[in-house]
Amino acid sequence: MSLLSIKNIHTIAEDDHNKKILKGLDLEINPGEIHVIMGPNGSGKSTLANTIFSSPRYIKTEGNIYFEGEDITEESTDKIAKKGIFMSFQTPEEIPGVTLANYLKSVKTSIDGKKPSIYEFIPQVENTMKELDMKEEYIKREFNVGFSGGEKKKNEILQMLLINPKLAILDETDSGLDVDAIKTVVKGINMYKNDNNAVLIITHSTKILKGLNVDKVHILVDGKIVKTGDYSLALEIDENGYKDYIK
Amino acid sequence: MAKTNVDNYLDNETRNIYNTKSNNEVLDIKYGLTEDIIRQISKEKNEPDWVLDIRLKALKLFYELSDPDWGPDISYLDINKIATYVKSIDKEKRTWEEVPDEIKDVFDKLGIPESEKEALAGSGAQFDSSTVYHNLTEDLKKSGVIYTSFDEALREYPELVKEYFTKAVPIMDHKYIALHYALFSGGSFVYIPKDTELDRPLQSYFRLNAKGAGQFEHTLIIVDENSKLQFIEGCSAPGYNELNLHAGCVELFVKKNAFLRFSTIENWSKNMLNLNTKKCFVEENGKIEWIMGSFGSKVSMLYPLSVLNGPYASCEFTNISFAGKGQNLDTGLKIIHNAPHTTSVVDSKSISKDGGICTFRSNVLVKPNASKSKLSISCESLMLDSESRSDTIPVDTIQCDDVEFAHEATVGKISDEAIYYLETRGMSELEAKSLIVRGFAEPIAKAFPVEYAVEMNRLIELELEGTIG
Repeated sequence: MSLLSIKNIHTIAEDDHNKKILKGLDLEINPGEIHVIMGPNGSGKSTLANTIFSSPRYIKTEGNIYFEGEDITEESTDKIAKKGIFMSFQTPEEIPGVTLANYLKSVKTSIDGKKPSIYEFIPQVENTMKELDMKEEYIKREFNVGFSGGEKKKNEILQMLLINPKLAILDETDSGLDVDAIKTVVKGINMYKNDNNAVLIITHSTKILKGLNVDKVHILVDGKIVKTGDYSLALEIDENGYKDYIK
Repeated sequence: MAKTNVDNYLDNETRNIYNTKSNNEVLDIKYGLTEDIIRQISKEKNEPDWVLDIRLKALKLFYELSDPDWGPDISYLDINKIATYVKSIDKEKRTWEEVPDEIKDVFDKLGIPESEKEALAGSGAQFDSSTVYHNLTEDLKKSGVIYTSFDEALREYPELVKEYFTKAVPIMDHKYIALHYALFSGGSFVYIPKDTELDRPLQSYFRLNAKGAGQFEHTLIIVDENSKLQFIEGCSAPGYNELNLHAGCVELFVKKNAFLRFSTIENWSKNMLNLNTKKCFVEENGKIEWIMGSFGSKVSMLYPLSVLNGPYASCEFTNISFAGKGQNLDTGLKIIHNAPHTTSVVDSKSISKDGGICTFRSNVLVKPNASKSKLSISCESLMLDSESRSDTIPVDTIQCDDVEFAHEATVGKISDEAIYYLETRGMSELEAKSLIVRGFAEPIAKAFPVEYAVEMNRLIELELEGTIG
């Protein structure tokens, strides 16, 4: 059984019902796989991630989304998260007044439905932060407030590792990162990845893909997947761009 | 893992504890406001004539003065329907055990005597019009510290009380302070002698229990030269349909080089008109810190005044207000800089929800003699939906050139993106809002003593769930 199965999904924008974004998209992701979605700006890449998560900014007009065989098309965002899907944001939010430690405790409590043991959880957070090359004192700082772009992205990967979801969607996690930060993100993904979970990477570039075992690459143009291949497809895009796929 | 106290506190508590209604026997109850009633109250309290004179003068003023022509409408208040005097105990108690069970139960549920044991140097409790209990540790009594009910202070220390009573808040200040002086009953009196530092706070808790009742406690605190005091007052009441009235008065005197931190958590029920008056005089190099959390009440009008009368006197004012459905919290502050090198720092936050209204009025006067003074005022408000209102109304009068002055005000709405982000982390909309609001309130919560910070977080949760009142 596939982990995530998207059948013929269509979406429009909540604030403009005439704006069709996804136009019949299909996608199957199995446990153990790393999938990559590439595509030009405005093709619907981020919309896909947010559609899976039932973002209020998009309305699904047709099609279905299944997670572990269960129809989650109409499910609420928080329930989808609890079922085991995680998304790393392109522009993560800041939560003033809430320390990273308290934020992570709240997240963990929501996902697991019970408070984590502080004696186990805090050392786990500290060790994971060390692996991700994050400064120790950040744990006491307000969540994402005054963090650089790179630090915010590491914070997303940190959450992924602590939540340990069944499916992680990484939306443009590599954009705006320097070489070292990209290496750290790749390290994080490899720490997370095993045979039972899966990753869906949405990206512009192939930089993040180099250290990963990519199974499938999909080209998304104008709300539809127009081609699927292996890692070599990403390299081809890197060389030639999307011109062959744009009508 | 063993649960922390904070966890237990948060898990176990619900709004129900605030709603506990006692079936205690009321010994005496009077409605309305007449000369006859005033004379009876004064007689029962065995007061000297000069006190009765103040009451009678104030009574006259109450009927002469009119309601303020600004702020929330309170014209529906009918003083004849208010129980202006509710006597529930014949004599104030020295030990907690002596307090009648019905009353003790209410305070026990609120956690009042519990917090006393380790964290406090002394505590008092008022139930309706009567002070039921006051206690101070023996070593402090020996060092000359006075902490009694205001009624007792009038009997035991008449000269000391007379010197300060009505001197910070005069009886003609406004209509509802006149009402207060006509009816005042209970409250605390504190005198800290020179060169005395209290390492633990004193706490007074005010509980308005009777249906349709008014509470008019008078608190008078004098911190003499080179001394230090932290004073905490907590206020709550169960919810009724009848209008309740609170017109308390706080007079504070901070002498040369003295320090006073005055913290208040007001969690009145939503049938309460809270028309409270607080003033503080600060002498040379003295400091007043106001820490206020305003949660309950139908209408609040409360603007503590600090008068910085000596050079290097300072004032710090930290406030949080939370207005939910049907609430109009009109709060703020007044500061008068009346000497050179005086400093004031104001940090206020307000949260409004479900049509609640928060108004914050800051009224600052820097007199011509207050050169080299510094003022920093910051007001932030957060609205949780588009029906709610939040206003900040600053009036800054600077009559002196040589002043550092900063005034910042921001009004924000909780962002849909932030809520969505937290929802993708498994939080419900309510949990997401609660986390954001707690973060917003955090800098203020930090200023409260720990038990109160916990209570404040709990109140925020309860407000968000909409189960209060």
